[in-house]
Amino acid sequence: MAGGGAGLTVGTGPAPSLKRGAVGEAGEGAPELAGGGDSSGEAVVLQLLLYGLLLSSMGEEEGLRQTQLLDTMFVRGLKRKCFDGEEDIEGTLAGIKAIPSYNLQRQSLLDMSLVKLQLCHMLVEPNLCRSVLIANTVRQIQEEMTQDGTWQMIHTQSTGQASLDRLVSTDILCRSSREQAEGKHVSGYSAFNKDFEGDQAQDSSETMSTASSVQAPRNLQSNVWEMENPQENKGNFQKSLDQIFETLENKSPNSVEDLFSEVDNSYYDLDTMLTGMMSNTKMGHCDGLETFSSPTATASNSNFKSDLNELDHIVEILVES
Amino acid sequence: MEEDVETRKISSSFLRDHSYATEADIISTVEFNHTGELLATGDKGGRVVIFQREQESKNQPHRRGEYNVYSTFQSHEPEFDYLKSLEIEEKINKIRWLPQQNAAYFLLSTNDKTVKLWKVSERDKRPEGYNLKDEDGRLRDPSMITMLRVPVLRPMDLMVEATPRRVFANAHTYHINSISVNSDYETYMSADDLRINLWNFEITNQSFNIVDIKPANMEELTEVITAAEFHPHHCNTFVYSSSKGTIRLCDMRTSALCDRHAKFFEEPEDPSNRSFFSEIISSISDVKFSHSGRYIMTRDYLTVKVWDLNMENRPIETYQVHDYLRSKLCSLYENDCIFDKFECVWNGSDSVIMTGSYNNFFRMFDRNTKRDVTLEASRENSKPRAILKPRKVCVGGKRRKDEISVDSLDFSKKILHTAWHPSENIIAVAATNNLYIFQDKVN
Repeated sequence: MAGGGAGLTVGTGPAPSLKRGAVGEAGEGAPELAGGGDSSGEAVVLQLLLYGLLLSSMGEEEGLRQTQLLDTMFVRGLKRKCFDGEEDIEGTLAGIKAIPSYNLQRQSLLDMSLVKLQLCHMLVEPNLCRSVLIANTVRQIQEEMTQDGTWQMIHTQSTGQASLDRLVSTDILCRSSREQAEGKHVSGYSAFNKDFEGDQAQDSSETMSTASSVQAPRNLQSNVWEMENPQENKGNFQKSLDQIFETLENKSPNSVEDLFSEVDNSYYDLDTMLTGMMSNTKMGHCDGLETFSSPTATASNSNFKSDLNELDHIVEILVES
Repeated sequence: MEEDVETRKISSSFLRDHSYATEADIISTVEFNHTGELLATGDKGGRVVIFQREQESKNQPHRRGEYNVYSTFQSHEPEFDYLKSLEIEEKINKIRWLPQQNAAYFLLSTNDKTVKLWKVSERDKRPEGYNLKDEDGRLRDPSMITMLRVPVLRPMDLMVEATPRRVFANAHTYHINSISVNSDYETYMSADDLRINLWNFEITNQSFNIVDIKPANMEELTEVITAAEFHPHHCNTFVYSSSKGTIRLCDMRTSALCDRHAKFFEEPEDPSNRSFFSEIISSISDVKFSHSGRYIMTRDYLTVKVWDLNMENRPIETYQVHDYLRSKLCSLYENDCIFDKFECVWNGSDSVIMTGSYNNFFRMFDRNTKRDVTLEASRENSKPRAILKPRKVCVGGKRRKDEISVDSLDFSKKILHTAWHPSENIIAVAATNNLYIFQDKVN
């Protein structure tokens, strides 16, 4: 399962994926997340943050296209051209937009998977098959990222001077105990975004990216982005995956409570950042978990639709700032 | 049944007899018995409901026997594992019938941890005229008895009672996903995520472990068992499928622990379709032997495949169930639908295979004519006795009048469990908490 698999063609022609709605779908807006009804509150909020991330970095129109791209890119397994930072910036517009979006999509898939893994921690009876499949997906992404040097790229950028501004923004969001982990993480994210976004609300996008990182399990995320040594990363990452499996095997009430307390904090942080805007979509973590185990399609459908309206509202604000 | 008669019927003429609305709970398994006279369903609440087919009446020769409720009983109760602080769901994962050997019916039902053997028997007579107790059951005062009488059997209203005859517990650390009765009718196997155990029906405190894929170090776990089944005729042969899309056939004569397979079925990956979701959608959710014992059918997320036991390197037939979902895999991963476990079934003659999909659709594939049909199990769209209309999902831009577009599909309405009568064209389809029984039109 080495990284020789899925990739992305940097095409200049009428690449179907860059046309709005031209991927064999009805093309009505973002890919539907409705119907499954299994999404917990956390997952819903994470999705929205990811969309926000895309929108802020790509501009609104591009962002919407990219979300439609999400499905096709992963499915089509298009070949990816080897990305060499300096040269390709001068390349075609399509090129710039295409390559980073693949990495972003992959990153968002990684985040989503990590959240899923942690969520299934918290269920009363984790489904082992599902956990194994998600963990394998995470490993596959991580291997590919290690192979194509994405790790290295982030590393070089993050060692640049992390401005105080960035650190301040994380202070607002995060508990002091996690500042260290967050600091490394945020610098990774924001540096990554910096290359590819326009002059859009940079701070807001950083804030949003930070918030999305807040979603993911702390230990895993900070390990994933720890930049000392890719090999070491792999080891840490593996350890974190192992921790998850161990916990799946021997569950103790204490560990479950710890996980719950982590979830609590993330929700608090999100509230601080998105004061009131997302209040429709936020569910208490208990509610989120309940709906996770008993799917209610219509409820999540309507939540999702109201989420989109909220999202438009947020985008407006981001664009204006 | 002749081939041409069947194919003609399948394409156009399924009638809906009844919709049994078991409003209470979601149906989690459906199974006909070996004669097709009985149909058992298990639900999420741990209940088993058995339907019996009416005898065909002479007054109405054209009216096929309908299925009515025969017996209902609570098979499993929710439990709590105190050691791990985990709740054990009472949801019935599988029901398997034993072949009938006397007047009573026997079936196995299982939840995540415990298998139970149930005896379902009828009682239509009861003894009256006991000496030591009167008709209410109260004991009579022995000093008041002056005469002896012989109790006689008198007819009573038919009563169907279900009694648990065996409980096979504490043998599985992980969740049981399959049970399968052996053709020797003396043993059966139960499979969980990492192990398969062989039981004798008479012995409940011991089982043999025949497959164990648990790695010494759980951190190295990358593959789990998803389904298992015994060969219909060879009592030494069984297959099990994995989450990596492979099927292993094992022979119990080779060794006590069948960790080494006799045959290994795997289709090489198609590089053009590769994505991050390739492994997840290749995970096999169900495996079934054909009635002949010559083929196996497997269901993964997007396809149904038929394999010849004599050819391991690829399936002989592949059928696309809902390929239009291939472009939606990321969304389906997000909402967890990609982990749905669909089952698949053969018809009695192994000429048609059936499996479920979303939006209450289910699909049938005729292996001989290569024709397929999509039907819908819903009350709104079919009236009783009406012929089911084939449905079509539109993937392109232009949607025709009766077609439904991919984006309008309801992913919460999934048909995971279906069953086919062993000899006739009668199918049972479980749509969430409703059971639909469709029969072929007569004449």
